Amino acid sequence: MDFTSGFWPVYILVMVIISISFVLVVLVTQTKMKIKKGEKVEVTGHKWDGDLEEYNNPLPGWWVVMFYMTIVFAVGYLIMYPGSGVSQGKFGWSSHGQHASEVAAANQKFGPIYAEFAKTPIPELAKNEKAELLGKRLFQTYCIQCHGSDARGAKGYPNLTDKTWLWGGTPEKITETISHGRVNQMPAFGVVLGEEKVRDVANYVLKISGNKHNDARATRGEIIFKTAQPLACASCHGPDGKGNPESGIPNLTDKDWLYGVSEATIVETITNGRQNQMPAWKEFLGDDKVHLLAAYVYGLNAKQDK
Amino acid sequence: MEKIQKMIEENVVWLIVLTFLTISVAMLVEILPLMFSKSVTKPIDGVKPYTALQLAGRDVYIREGCYNCHSQMIRPFRAETERYGHYSVGGESVYDHPFQWGSKRTGPDLARVGGRYSNEWHYAHLINPRDVVPESNMPAFPWLAANLVDAELVPKKMAALRKVGVPYSDEDIAGAAKAVEGKTEMDAVIAYLQGLGLALKNKR
Repeated sequence: MDFTSGFWPVYILVMVIISISFVLVVLVTQTKMKIKKGEKVEVTGHKWDGDLEEYNNPLPGWWVVMFYMTIVFAVGYLIMYPGSGVSQGKFGWSSHGQHASEVAAANQKFGPIYAEFAKTPIPELAKNEKAELLGKRLFQTYCIQCHGSDARGAKGYPNLTDKTWLWGGTPEKITETISHGRVNQMPAFGVVLGEEKVRDVANYVLKISGNKHNDARATRGEIIFKTAQPLACASCHGPDGKGNPESGIPNLTDKDWLYGVSEATIVETITNGRQNQMPAWKEFLGDDKVHLLAAYVYGLNAKQDK
Repeated sequence: MEKIQKMIEENVVWLIVLTFLTISVAMLVEILPLMFSKSVTKPIDGVKPYTALQLAGRDVYIREGCYNCHSQMIRPFRAETERYGHYSVGGESVYDHPFQWGSKRTGPDLARVGGRYSNEWHYAHLINPRDVVPESNMPAFPWLAANLVDAELVPKKMAALRKVGVPYSDEDIAGAAKAVEGKTEMDAVIAYLQGLGLALKNKR
């Protein structure tokens, strides 16, 4: 029982009975007056502002009947639904029970659809229009807050429609990313390197990605990039700066920049580091929905090929 | 009968007393039994009192009027549990004084927002929501990153909450000022948001 003692259900029952009885008594005693046809209606004797008087008319019969009907309804309700304190009601209704049956009905309807999708490999599922419609719905509910309603991301949040992948763009990798999430961190080098060296490295990064840069700085930056101690940039990003999708290390030589490609932004990244994470969805969504979402994301990308 | 009616209608003290009694009946019927209901007064597994920083964040949340647009109550409908997760239960808000339920949802429900986004997302989003969600009509709260949490106030708040049944220990209260020292209101409100609804997270 939910209550701390057996007193409370009884208390509720007594309160309910008192309430309904009180209403009934008031109703019976206050609707006794009848006025015969032709008889004059009395005034209550109260007078306001010198000439404002109050008639003592009885309530209309249909109205009184409606009051009695509410009492009948209340009793019926207490028999059928929980409310009397001592009984769950004939229907055995509860809000969580209603939710459970709602979910069961939906599972029965959508379960076979998801099960069929789950059996279809992702590249094939990505071409299925029905799956795309469902996947889009899921994407709009769970993913757009970071990746945007057009899936093109935002500063710090990957664009899912392009060919650049931090963690790999194969069906297996996309599924893994959605299921288990990703945590990524670039350490801060501002203190270790100092302002000048950070700018040198930034210019080297601008150079290898084919952007406008200061040559003298880039030359110095290359040495730092490859040999800085205790941790050279190259030890994560690789000697050629091409990164490593196995550990989510970005490729610095391509045109895609998660945080932007100005010197100022790159300096900020190297100075303060970056960290972000993708939440894990496996527990929340279940494998079937993750599969469908992965197919949708894979499909967004495949579209770029056309 | 006439006398009673005259008395109530013409004497304002009687009017007040009887109005009060009428309202008390509703309280006796609707509120009193709940105070002795286990599902409303006992925390469910995994629900802990807010840490000092989270508590400071909660007060920022209330001060900024977040509740005007965000409820913290997932109703037991499939449409809501699909989007937000397990419906809210009474045992989750026993340490909330006052609770943040509500039905006004200009923005999404936040009852289980904890862990759903990264700290960095919350930071960017609170500085300017449009930076991460272009369609958003939520106001920006950039001053949170500049304001420091009032470290002197937090232990007092915890002591007050202990009086209404939140089980803070003496050490919790003694360490509170240190725990929030140097933290911004942004840190606090993110800590608060990241802790919301974890007890039943991932349960459907």
